[in-house]
Amino acid sequence: MGTRRDFLKGVLASGAAATACVATVPALARETRPRPPEALGLLYDATLCVGCKACVAACKESNNNPPEFSTVDHLWDTPLDTSGYTFNIIKMYRNGTMDVKDQETNGYAFMKTSCMHCGDPSCVSACPVSAMTKDPETGVVGYNPDKCIGCRYCVAACPFGIPKYQYDSPTGRIGKCELCRHRHKDGHYSACAEVCPTGATLFGRTEDLLAEAKRRLAMKPGELNRFPRGRLRPAQEKMLQGKADGKGEKKRVGWRNEPDQSYETPAGKYLQHVYGEKEYGGTQVLKLSAVNFEKVGMPNLPPDAAAAMSETIQHNLYGNLIMPFAVLGAMTYVAKRNVKPDDEPTDKEEG
Amino acid sequence: MANNQHAAPAPVGGSLINVVTLSCGVLIALMAAILMVRFLFGLGAVTGLNDGYPWGIWIAVDVVIGSAFACGGFSVAMLVYIFNKGEYHPLVRPALLASLFGYTLAGAGVMFDLGRWWNVWNMYWPGSINPNSVMFEVAICISLYIVVMWIEFSPVVLEQFGKRDIKKKVSKAMFFIIALGTVLPMMHQSSLGTLLVVLGVQVHPLWQTPVLPLLYLLSAIFMGYAVVLFESCVASSAYRRKIEMHMLTPMAKIMLGILVVFIVVRFGDLLVRGALSKAFVPSVEALMFWLEMACCIAPLILIGAESNRRNPARLFLAGILLMLGGALMRLNGFLIGYETNIGDAGGFTYFPTLAEVLVTAGMFAIEVLGYIIITRRFPVLPREDVQAAH
Repeated sequence: MGTRRDFLKGVLASGAAATACVATVPALARETRPRPPEALGLLYDATLCVGCKACVAACKESNNNPPEFSTVDHLWDTPLDTSGYTFNIIKMYRNGTMDVKDQETNGYAFMKTSCMHCGDPSCVSACPVSAMTKDPETGVVGYNPDKCIGCRYCVAACPFGIPKYQYDSPTGRIGKCELCRHRHKDGHYSACAEVCPTGATLFGRTEDLLAEAKRRLAMKPGELNRFPRGRLRPAQEKMLQGKADGKGEKKRVGWRNEPDQSYETPAGKYLQHVYGEKEYGGTQVLKLSAVNFEKVGMPNLPPDAAAAMSETIQHNLYGNLIMPFAVLGAMTYVAKRNVKPDDEPTDKEEG
Repeated sequence: MANNQHAAPAPVGGSLINVVTLSCGVLIALMAAILMVRFLFGLGAVTGLNDGYPWGIWIAVDVVIGSAFACGGFSVAMLVYIFNKGEYHPLVRPALLASLFGYTLAGAGVMFDLGRWWNVWNMYWPGSINPNSVMFEVAICISLYIVVMWIEFSPVVLEQFGKRDIKKKVSKAMFFIIALGTVLPMMHQSSLGTLLVVLGVQVHPLWQTPVLPLLYLLSAIFMGYAVVLFESCVASSAYRRKIEMHMLTPMAKIMLGILVVFIVVRFGDLLVRGALSKAFVPSVEALMFWLEMACCIAPLILIGAESNRRNPARLFLAGILLMLGGALMRLNGFLIGYETNIGDAGGFTYFPTLAEVLVTAGMFAIEVLGYIIITRRFPVLPREDVQAAH
């Protein structure tokens, strides 16, 4: 009888097509991307932070964000977490009697929450419309509300919980730190680092910041050391110019001149871990802490970015549309044989 | 095999106004009112969404589960046209109709959830698209598939309005449309699973795996058959028609075959990744996992034997269980097993608001109402008098 034979043929044909596809498409494993060599970032040193929240206020002002209230009197900006309107916040870790700063038991500590500017950001991989992009030069993860469709896949994807949406607005945007990239062309750097009185938040090239972080980890706790403030200046400063043809936004013509603001203070009791050096393949914002990172709200992440796994699967299945077209070809071939032109149900009888 | 001859589809006829259609109308009106508030005042005005749970039931249920429920058309078309099982042909049109509604509404439902919906054209604009994004692939495939399904269904409309010459032209290209109609759902149903991969460690290990695309594809196929079982039983009881057991019984066997493959892959993956131990930790996640598994395994016991597959009540129950099993896997992955920014649980909780539930109910009401109107007025279900003469 025809039906069974045709059925088996169909099974064989589609099975063979699928196998052929899997065999011919090379495994395009996409490695986790490192940060760009000229990546910009921040170094947050929790042992230097005094919790003054000057950075929170400066961030609000630079990004034209409204205050958010968590107290009854609505006197000043008191956000409890980052939100669509708050891109940077200092959180406090408390334990027991809270006697000693930077101590896990009976102590307290501060931690900055803002975008980590991942080397291989999940939000950029997730965004279907390229509203979330990573600058190839500075590595800054920027947001373009004119493209954004508000699907909030970036909000779901970020392991740090950084992109946030404005749910209270009919035209709500995603809000996140963009490292004050809108201020770069005037020679200004990230407002949070600019105002930080203790140099707890330091702006610079991530490569330099990483070296600075390692210098601090090598210090003897309590020993007097020199700490820079504002912007970290490497020995030879590389200035990036705008594009040669004069087109496009000039990215960094040069930073504003500032006097040396470094000062001497005792080194903290650092954990031997630069958070962001390896997490998710490396982030451009790095953090130092004396208290366990998970306890101060920084997730324990693997060295491979989820974006790499997601894109590996995606491109193995759909790379250059090879597999879909192969399967479509096989399906068309089989359907062509099985679908009668002018397919009247009454015409269809057993084979 | 002479009894394989099928009755031609014909409109069921009858009144369009009854308790069911009126209830659907009320639900749809409520949905419209809520959506007006949503579009005027933002998502926060009607939903329980927050930055810890940026996706609620409008995504997890209306789109992810809704589109899987709408896989009946795809599953049956595969059977009839790819595996050349012509005896299932009468199931194609009703299944396709349900799929058409399911997908069209899932597509529309996305728009309610998009915070900046007026920018949605960027999804199709070459200067904006991001081929690395799983959601981009899902969106393109679903959009295309909706168009493909309307073309697949067009002969029904053309037949009713007597446009036989246009219908002939469409029929000539139908084999290609049907082929597209099998490839596109394979692509986006698997990708709906891949959507979770980039969420990384935020998704519980019981639902986060590189084989997500395979799990979502296999479950979409068995859910497709399960929905056909469910619909056939409901349609025959509601329209007082003879139940199509001669097709449903063997189809259920195919469904079980896919189900067994799914269960093997599901447990194989959990074992290989060493994640199965997480299912024995007392937690909400473990409970939901076993609930999901129970729904997937129970049908094997319920209709595993050939004689049991001839029992309409058992088929109906198995269909519901499998719809539930597949739906739970999706709900678990997207909501129950999702926790943002692990380590610093910012105290985020999510429970759908009444308004969200009413919008979801309104969407399903549109599907039911549409199905009733179209089957009563257009040639979708097989003509009854031929079967009644039996």
